[in-house]
Amino acid sequence: MRMHLRTRWLAAAAFGLGAVGRADVLPEDRTDVLYHRYEGGGLTVQGPSVLVRKKFGDSLSVSYQYYEDLISSASIDVLSTASPYKEKRTQHNLNVNYLHGSTLYSAGFIYSKEPDYKSNTGFLSVSQSMFGDLTTVSFGYSQGWDSVGEVDHGIVVQSFNNGIGHANANHRTWSAGVSQVLTRNLLLGVNFEADENDGYLQSPYRPVRFIDPFSIKGYSFGLANAPNTRTGTAGSAQLKYYLPWRAALDGSYRLYGDTWGIVANTVKFGYTQPLSTAWTLEASARYYWQGHANFYSDLYPYEDSQNFTSRDRELAQFHSLSLGLGGSWEFHPGWPHWVDKGTVNFNYDRLHINYQDFHDNLVQSVIPGDEPLYTLDANIFQFFLSFWY
Amino acid sequence: MHRCQPALPGRRSRRWYVPRLRARLPAAVLLGGLVTGGILLGGCSPIQPWVKPYEREHLADPIMSFDPNPISSVYLDHVYETREGARGATGSVGGGCGCN
Repeated sequence: MRMHLRTRWLAAAAFGLGAVGRADVLPEDRTDVLYHRYEGGGLTVQGPSVLVRKKFGDSLSVSYQYYEDLISSASIDVLSTASPYKEKRTQHNLNVNYLHGSTLYSAGFIYSKEPDYKSNTGFLSVSQSMFGDLTTVSFGYSQGWDSVGEVDHGIVVQSFNNGIGHANANHRTWSAGVSQVLTRNLLLGVNFEADENDGYLQSPYRPVRFIDPFSIKGYSFGLANAPNTRTGTAGSAQLKYYLPWRAALDGSYRLYGDTWGIVANTVKFGYTQPLSTAWTLEASARYYWQGHANFYSDLYPYEDSQNFTSRDRELAQFHSLSLGLGGSWEFHPGWPHWVDKGTVNFNYDRLHINYQDFHDNLVQSVIPGDEPLYTLDANIFQFFLSFWY
Repeated sequence: MHRCQPALPGRRSRRWYVPRLRARLPAAVLLGGLVTGGILLGGCSPIQPWVKPYEREHLADPIMSFDPNPISSVYLDHVYETREGARGATGSVGGGCGCN
């Protein structure tokens, strides 16, 4: 957890069904081996991930994924009040798909563990193809149970439950999606999701900042206090178009809003261009903008100046731009004989975030709150091998 | 009827528009009924696919998949969601915290 609490509970369209997929076929048998690396803002996160899918008969498919984060952090949040640290997170996903006619049933479980955060998530979803397989409708539900603890790395440590050492958070998500073939060259996907969260929903490691005339810097840090309920809704639409020269263009838009007052917009475009039967190149651009939470502030006038407080940059107002490039090379190995094909893939994304009400307090300023606005640049690398069998 | 008479000159107000709106309501209800009825009656006969199976060659091309590499898209969604307030409706799956 370390930098901020963040849970993600989505179960519908899991592993192979996708936002726009068919419900009358099982996911392909394939194995992916991924190495990922994120570098930015004093933070490095890297690690492996493996995803294996296998069909059993004509109706059953099972997948398992292992994911690992190795974290080395010296981000602004850490350096403000503590010293750099390292930790590890692991995640296990198990998913089962059952096909009956034109209906695909999915169920699964996700377990995630890190030193100060454990979570369990169960999910169910069902998808139905109709109208000559031109339309696929899906519904999903998931529920998560988290145990939030804390490890003292020297950061401002908040005591849970009067020092007992942990707190709980619960999450429920409902999702619905429709995929639609519009023309022989155009696909449409529409998704809706609502989530409900209660319990300890903030980060104990992101303290609030308030004016303190008795401090040398002119400010001090204190404990944040976010609401213990949060309900959000998100709706998105995406289109993908086949271009005459065998290329694909896609675009998507998402609108999000929640009871903490955050409203966010996401726009994304992508382009896929096969160069030959073996090589394929991809490019993408993603723009994101969000308004801050109602109770967020970079600098409060004094300690406990309002009921709810937070200086978590995730809740600040900011906009970000991400540009991505990717390449894939397909090959057909003669050995082992049961492997049909494989691909070698490399993706690179450059992320730039401009915070509009989060200041870089590591820069000395005569007047608290007069520091320059914080910006973040990150490089995101992915290298993975995929095999179909 | 008097309800449809316009207001006197110089006294033009919203009341003048309300009767016009009311006059249009039956037409809107009729149109809505026709659409709803058409959908319901459509269930009595199979809908003919307007894109035939033999016309879906382009759609079946792997480059037309919305999520050709789930292991990659799930990872990237995770990277964004741990730094943004918004979540959901992306069609991917995740769990835990991993709030790095």
